[in-house]
Amino acid sequence: MEPKKYMNPYLAGFFLGLTLLATIYITGRGLGASGAVKSAVVTVMQVAAPNHTAQAKFYNDYLTEHQNLPLKNWLVFEVLGVILGAFVSGLISNRLKFTLDHSPKIKSQTRIAGALIGGLLFGLGAQFGRGCTSGAALSGMAVLSTGGLLTMMAIFGGAYMFAYFFRKLWI
Amino acid sequence: MGPLVPDIIGNELNFIVAIFIGISFGFILEQAGFSSSKVLVGLFYGYDFTVLRVFFTAGVTAMLGVILLGHFGLLDLSLIYINPTFLWSALVGGLIMGLGFVIGGFCPGTSITAAAIGKIDAMIFIAGSFIGVFIFAEGYPVFENFYNAESWGNVRIFETLGMSQAMFAFLLTLAAVGAFWMTTLIENRVNGKPNPEFKPGRLYIGLTGLAFLIGLSAFILPDIRESYMKEVENKNYINNYKLKTMDSDELALSLMDDDNTLQIVDIRPADEFKSLSLPHSQSLTLRDLFIKDVKNLLSIKHKKYVFIGNDEFSSKQGAVLADMLGFNNIFYLKGGLELFRREILNYRKPSGLNTRQEIDVNRFREQANKIIPVIIEKNKNSTAPLKKTKRVLGGC
Repeated sequence: MEPKKYMNPYLAGFFLGLTLLATIYITGRGLGASGAVKSAVVTVMQVAAPNHTAQAKFYNDYLTEHQNLPLKNWLVFEVLGVILGAFVSGLISNRLKFTLDHSPKIKSQTRIAGALIGGLLFGLGAQFGRGCTSGAALSGMAVLSTGGLLTMMAIFGGAYMFAYFFRKLWI
Repeated sequence: MGPLVPDIIGNELNFIVAIFIGISFGFILEQAGFSSSKVLVGLFYGYDFTVLRVFFTAGVTAMLGVILLGHFGLLDLSLIYINPTFLWSALVGGLIMGLGFVIGGFCPGTSITAAAIGKIDAMIFIAGSFIGVFIFAEGYPVFENFYNAESWGNVRIFETLGMSQAMFAFLLTLAAVGAFWMTTLIENRVNGKPNPEFKPGRLYIGLTGLAFLIGLSAFILPDIRESYMKEVENKNYINNYKLKTMDSDELALSLMDDDNTLQIVDIRPADEFKSLSLPHSQSLTLRDLFIKDVKNLLSIKHKKYVFIGNDEFSSKQGAVLADMLGFNNIFYLKGGLELFRREILNYRKPSGLNTRQEIDVNRFREQANKIIPVIIEKNKNSTAPLKKTKRVLGGC
């Protein structure tokens, strides 16, 4: 079966805005994503190198804040929901398929390297920005946080600035 | 009043709520096409502005919603998480993420969405983001100073820019609508043909008008707290407002009885409260009456809330504001603390006592004059300041 068309972006944006508003009204906090990755990294390190995590400040702070249960974090549960919600959406729109998306002009190895490096940079940048596109930019815009809006402008401004150099990856 | 966590929804239940919110988040992202890196990076090469449309519509919707909920007193904005601002770290982090965006084609939220429907490149992106967080964690001692530099606190953009919240919201809404129109034109040019979905038909002109009106509404509606404050500053309004009173003798009797249904709300300045505070009293400012913690304090059944200020007017101001905000059993101290001082604390027997009533009152006041200062002295260090709930901790 053919994949269904995507939702009208304005309608999707409106629903996303309502989801974010409900999140703020119910929990007092916004949406996020990179925080769950952080939690997972701390969990892995806690198991793999317990002595190291007990000493290094970054892990130690995180573990103290979470009473030594790094997975007991709101964003971890939220991301579990994201996986479920996206899966259901893919299912009803016939988009469930193992594929490696890339421009026909580049090799799949190039795409793999790009995805890995891009992910690395995003993971690193999200730590400095105290949140990613969801946690800092979108949620920050909803509550008009200065830091959130600055990070948003830097993300999109940066992407436009660097886009030219990586155009061969996409067009 | 929101946020519902932790009073109405407990911290444990909040994790279940998180799953449902996530389902909605993931479903919408996937339906919008955010599971495709081709759609996502289209924004940076001009052939597909879906991301901008979804992102800005969502941001503006949520922003206006937050402002309106705050305006109608349904959400306590002093409790919600405002991403703190650390200038340099925010900017450099954003630039690194921007670079990651054009190289990797995803952001963390969209990569999770895409991985959920089987995109292998998204799974690799997630693996990359683990490494990125790991690098930050290991390098934290090196980054720490930079990470915490130029800390501005939980500032909001309109404060930074020195304009009103409504003004900024209005301008941002306008900017979003302008960007929607412009990017559609750019997209048509880059693709060499107009996208039939966004022909500037009646629907989109209507939507533009609607967005404009909603943006404007945030501007016209003054902050509800400010309009309340304006009314309680109005002398005539306060003087004509009908409210129950309590006089000095009644208050003295309640204090001597150690009446547990009595809750005094003392709206004098904090330092005056410090030098003289009555038992059963809580020191608050007028503006404190808007916050959620005070709502809990003033909503206990069977309690009598007696507002006291230095004079009758200021006592009544507090009581009127509380009554306007919908609290029950609100009283104000007749004559304020001034009269209470004269009639009880510094009571002097008047020269002539003629009627039976005058003699009774005198007897009571002489007694109260002896007992109440003792009660006050005993109570001196037991009045705790109001425990204010801290902001919710959020962020990534």
